[in-house]
Amino acid sequence: MEEKVLKVQKIKNGIVIDHIPCGMALKVLKILGIEGDVGSTLTIAMHVKSKHGWKDIVKIEDRYLDDREIDKIALIAPNATVNVVEDYKVIRKHRVKVPEIVKGIVKCMNPRCITNQREPIEPEFKTISIEPIVIKCKYCGREMSGEDIVENII
Amino acid sequence: MFKGKDIVSISDLTKEHIDRIFEVARGMIPIAKGEKKSKLLDGYILANLFFEPSTRTRLSFETAMLRLGGSILGFTNPSATSLTKGETLADTIRMIDAYSDVIVIRHPLEGAARLAAEFAEVPVINAGDGAGQHPTQTLLDIFTIVEEFGHVEGLKVTLMGDLRYGRTVHSLAVALSFLGADVHLLSPRSLKMPRHVLREMKSKPEIHEQIDEVIRDTDVFYVTRIQKERFPDPTEYIKVAGSYAITGDTVKKMKKDAIIMHPLPRVNEITPDVDSTLHARYFKQAFYGVPIRMAILALVLGVI
Ligand SMILES: [Zn+2]
Repeated sequence: MEEKVLKVQKIKNGIVIDHIPCGMALKVLKILGIEGDVGSTLTIAMHVKSKHGWKDIVKIEDRYLDDREIDKIALIAPNATVNVVEDYKVIRKHRVKVPEIVKGIVKCMNPRCITNQREPIEPEFKTISIEPIVIKCKYCGREMSGEDIVENII
Repeated sequence: MFKGKDIVSISDLTKEHIDRIFEVARGMIPIAKGEKKSKLLDGYILANLFFEPSTRTRLSFETAMLRLGGSILGFTNPSATSLTKGETLADTIRMIDAYSDVIVIRHPLEGAARLAAEFAEVPVINAGDGAGQHPTQTLLDIFTIVEEFGHVEGLKVTLMGDLRYGRTVHSLAVALSFLGADVHLLSPRSLKMPRHVLREMKSKPEIHEQIDEVIRDTDVFYVTRIQKERFPDPTEYIKVAGSYAITGDTVKKMKKDAIIMHPLPRVNEITPDVDSTLHARYFKQAFYGVPIRMAILALVLGVI
C-alpha cells in the first residue's frame, strides 16, 4: 500500500480521473483539449495495478469538468470515475456514462457525409453498443468505434 | 399515421406502414396505367430537387405526381444554375419549403435527405443520397415480390452481382431479412456485401460464389450490374461478369415460377433472350415505381 501512496500523490484542488483503461491516459488528455502549456499541474500515472487489473490515472490541478467534457471521456474510458477534489478532499465522485446521443463531440469519419460540409448542423450519433463502444451517425448511418472515435473527437 | 411523414430511410417505416403503402399502391395501378383519371393531388406542388442526375427516378416521381393531378417544380444538377452557388443545402431547403407541399431530394452526399427533412416543414422523400438510402426503390422492389407471391416470408431471395457498391441491395437485404425472407447472397469475392449491412440484417444470410449453388431453388433472383470500373484488369472483368450473368441457358435450370428482378438499367448481366421468358419481371418492377410513389405522395400529403 505504501507503493500506492507514492504513485497517487494527493492534489489540493482539481480533478482525479480514475479507472482509465491502460494506455488511454494521453487520449483522455487529448479529448479534454489539454495539450502543451495548460497552466496547471498534471500528474499522469500509467499502468497502475488495481483490483480489476491495470489502469491509468490522470490528475489535473485547478481545473473542473462540465458534463459535456465528462461525456467525451466516456467514449474512450467507459468505466472512468471523475473525482472532484477541494482542499485535499474528494467532495464529489462521478461515474462517467456513455450518452445515448453523442452530439457535437465527435465528427463523422465518412468524408461523403453531409455533416462534413458547411451546413448549420452538429454531427450527431446514436450509441448502439457500450462494450465495445459503437456509435452510428444519425445522417449517413456510418458506424464508428475504438480508434476512429478517438481520432475524430472535435 | 402518414400525414407530414418524412420517408428518408426504409427503417423509418414499420411493417404496418409498408402494408398500408402497398394497399394504397394497388388501388393506384389503374391510374398509373392511365386507365382511370384522378384529381387527388390537384392544387399540390411537388419540388423535385435532383442535385445529381437520375432520369429514371425523376421521371417516375413526375409521372406519379402528374397522374394524380398535381404540379411539379424542380431542377436537375443545380451547379448549372445559380440556385445553390455557395448556398448551404439547409438554406436551399428552407427556400423550397416555402414554395412546395412535398419535397423529393436526390443528392450525391450521404445523409443529405435526413438534413433536408430537419429543415423542411413539408414532408421530404429521399430519392437516393450517395451510397446511402433509396427507400422508394426498396419499397417498389418488395412490392414486386408481394404482388407475385402474395408474401415475402419464407421465399428464397438471391441477391446477386455487385453487392458491395450496388446502392439498392443494401437496404433491400436488411428489409427482406426483417420481413422473413430467406436471403442468399451471390457475388464475386471482391464485391461481397459489406459487413455493416450483414450486421444490420435480422438473420444471417447464406453467402455463395457460384450461381449453381442457388439456381435450382431460388424464388426471386435480384440481379445487379457489375461495373467495369471495379476491375483494374479488363480480362478479369469479362470473366467475372460472365459468370454472374443470367442467360437463356441459366433460366432453364430455374424453378418454374422463379422471377428475375433488376433495378435497371441493365447491360450484359441479363441477356435479351431472357426478356421474353416467363421469369422476367424487371420491366413490371420498374412500372411499379409509379404506383408506389403515387401512394407515398398521397399518404404523406394526407389526402388518403
Ligand atoms: Zn455521417
